[in-house]
Amino acid sequence: MIVAGCDIGSLTAKAVIMKGEEILAAQVMRAKSHPEESAREVMAKALEQAGLVLQEISYCVGTGYGRESIPFANRVESEIACHGRGAQWKMPSVRMVIDIGGQDAKAIRLDDQGHVVRYVYNDKCASGTGRFLEVMADALNIDLNEMGAVSQSSHNPVSISNQCVIFAETEIVSLINEGRNIADIVSGLHQALAHRVAALAKSIDLEDDIVMTGGVAKNEGMFAALGKALGRPLKKTQRDPQINGALGAAIFAAEYLRN
Amino acid sequence: MIVAGCDVGSLTAKAVIMNGSVLGHAVIKAKSRPEESAAEVMNLALERAGLKMQDVDFCVGTGYGRNKIPFVNLTVSEIACHGKGAQWIMPSVRTVIDIGGQDCKAMRLDKDGNVLKFVTNDKCAAGTGRFLEVMAKLLEVSLDELGTLSENAKDPLSLSSTCTVWVQAEVIHHLNSKKPIADIAAAINRAMAIRVGILANQVKAEKDICMSGGVAKNKGVVAHLEKVLGVKIKKLKYDPQIVGALGAAVIAGEKVRGGKAG
Repeated sequence: MIVAGCDIGSLTAKAVIMKGEEILAAQVMRAKSHPEESAREVMAKALEQAGLVLQEISYCVGTGYGRESIPFANRVESEIACHGRGAQWKMPSVRMVIDIGGQDAKAIRLDDQGHVVRYVYNDKCASGTGRFLEVMADALNIDLNEMGAVSQSSHNPVSISNQCVIFAETEIVSLINEGRNIADIVSGLHQALAHRVAALAKSIDLEDDIVMTGGVAKNEGMFAALGKALGRPLKKTQRDPQINGALGAAIFAAEYLRN
Repeated sequence: MIVAGCDVGSLTAKAVIMNGSVLGHAVIKAKSRPEESAAEVMNLALERAGLKMQDVDFCVGTGYGRNKIPFVNLTVSEIACHGKGAQWIMPSVRTVIDIGGQDCKAMRLDKDGNVLKFVTNDKCAAGTGRFLEVMAKLLEVSLDELGTLSENAKDPLSLSSTCTVWVQAEVIHHLNSKKPIADIAAAINRAMAIRVGILANQVKAEKDICMSGGVAKNKGVVAHLEKVLGVKIKKLKYDPQIVGALGAAVIAGEKVRGGKAG
């Protein structure tokens, strides 16, 4: 029985195709201007990767902010529920997910069945989301995907005094002009974002094991900084951390099919 | 007796020279070092008053760079100076809303210009002059134009975000959808007014209300803020940007007189 999950976010679209416990295909792409277009395209890519056609998908669950516009979804589920389910895939000991995306951050606590116990969410303030790093990468004129590697050589991370993205950007520009070491600036930025997100997660109390998901989890520097800010070891996912929501949606699809 | 006030902010520096009335004043863009800004703006104000530094009997410094001003006799908080300055210009003032380039303050005063209650936002760019600066740049208009543009709005748009970064994305979306620029400007000024209105309500704004700081010159924001608060905002008859420096000079005058009396 083949199922699928499709997560249409504001910046990226993701699709996962599963058979039993196994992931047959997983795709991530930049969102198009229309969510429907994103959904069709990302699913087509995933189907191609799995060597399947849409008719072979028995059940599909949609999630993410564009979930109502996915033409082939049999049902929709909230992002929070999907992220919770996805996080426990092959890691049943997970009780908390911290997801940092390009436009939001969330912390979710789970029971042993993957049901959501409590959650907290920030999409109001760009500081505390992946956008913080995006803006700063631009100011530093480095590639967002290189920030993790760049931060590795830092010995003396700078402390960033502004929280607001707009004010912090000005601060970064003056740090660059002062000739501060770029690795130290990037490392300082990771710490700043980690503290923001850790404060969000602590507001619903931490519970082990904790897994970090979302695109920002691919950044090694952020992964280390968040673990440090939480004061707890963090778990890595055994697959692309960005597909967590779509994976959870596919797991929901399999559950609906069984019942 | 000649007194002076010098207000060194993060973006601008202001100076006022007084002798019972205002003899000279100046506003300049801040230099990289506060001491430099202070010297330059003070010299300009003195020149306009036809005076020299030696003629000043007492000088009060204020603003974020106040501890770096070499020639001051005393430093006083910005809040106290804005209260005093607004009160001196308009004795009926009970609430001052000061919007600067990087912060926003709301304060309530008693009849003598003493501060009863105040709130400040300097953590979040939304609701400060910086928000307007970022938006003016996006629309490719000057700050002044952003203020007047919204008067021509036919169908003001709305913005769902508060965060400057997210509003930027919304404005880009409106621009790409070919929405009239006046309607976008109105949305920006309204969003700004809503944010500032929250601060004003926290101090329970009372009549008369006036505005100080550079943003007070923005007609669009003032008009929207009047709607948000449901009261008219009284216009000060001096440049709203010099209110802090003026208040510093008024305090300097009080010190000189107080010193003599004692």
